[in-house]
Amino acid sequence: MKSIEELKAIREKALKEMSIRDNEDKTRIIVGMATCGIAAGAKSVMSAFIDEIEKRNIRNVSVSMTGCIGICRLEPVAEIFEANGEKTTYVKLDAEKARRIVAEHIVNQKPVTEFTVGAAER
Amino acid sequence: MKDISLHLMDVAQNSIVAEADRIIISMRILNNLNKLLVEIVDNGRGMDPEFLKEAADPFKTSRTTREVGLGIPLLKQSAEMAGGEFSLESEPLKGTKLNASFKIDHIDRIPLGDIAGTVGLLIKVNPNISWLIRFTSPDNEFILDTDEIKRQLDGVPIEDNNVIEWIQNTISNGVKSVFGGVLDEVD
Repeated sequence: MKSIEELKAIREKALKEMSIRDNEDKTRIIVGMATCGIAAGAKSVMSAFIDEIEKRNIRNVSVSMTGCIGICRLEPVAEIFEANGEKTTYVKLDAEKARRIVAEHIVNQKPVTEFTVGAAER
Repeated sequence: MKDISLHLMDVAQNSIVAEADRIIISMRILNNLNKLLVEIVDNGRGMDPEFLKEAADPFKTSRTTREVGLGIPLLKQSAEMAGGEFSLESEPLKGTKLNASFKIDHIDRIPLGDIAGTVGLLIKVNPNISWLIRFTSPDNEFILDTDEIKRQLDGVPIEDNNVIEWIQNTISNGVKSVFGGVLDEVD
């Protein structure tokens, strides 16, 4: 594999950043990545979550994927699990909404009610 | 699905659900064949012959076996509508091998899409899986092996964003060097 040298430099950089990192994940964002989610655009939603979290230097939030959450007609869907056990389900997402959720829910701890499954089903 | 990268994202999910810890994604263009071969091999729990027969049939999938739903039939459709073929081999406890081919110049062939972004995401959120990515054309080959990368990283997690960014750039260059000039959509 070429550019192994490059990888070594990346490693040094990552190592420096890691030492100042709080590695304990407290909040989990889970994006539905089954056929229904992907077809509806879940990939860009997930990329937006990851990118926004990285951009804001948020260190205690993890992003992962799961299969079908069971509400295919409302995809893309993401669930946010907080350390205190609270769960929020966001539906019909796009990249822009994902960024807003990071800003308002993750950073300011105010869930974006209008994007939740509760609001969509009303 | 509007491109091959989205299909990869989708069917890789089947391998992950099947608890594979090694997934090989390979895309090949062979000499004079006008064909793009996409292959995904995993060492997951596999499927028994009964299930395998039905995996490509959207209407045979029951809810208890929902990890294979529409994903496989949709990929089969994408391949066949571009003059290609689709096959699925599997052995319980050994793993599954999926093959889809596409006629390169067929008007209905879907483009590669964002392969680098997709694979980067897959690696980032499934860092414990060993991923082998291989692109082959008559003149060129590209291999990315996350086991090798992990050895080089020596303790730095592969899901670190600096590393993922490097992986995505590397794959993106790989796509260009292997498929550039061969597939219309690649510069």
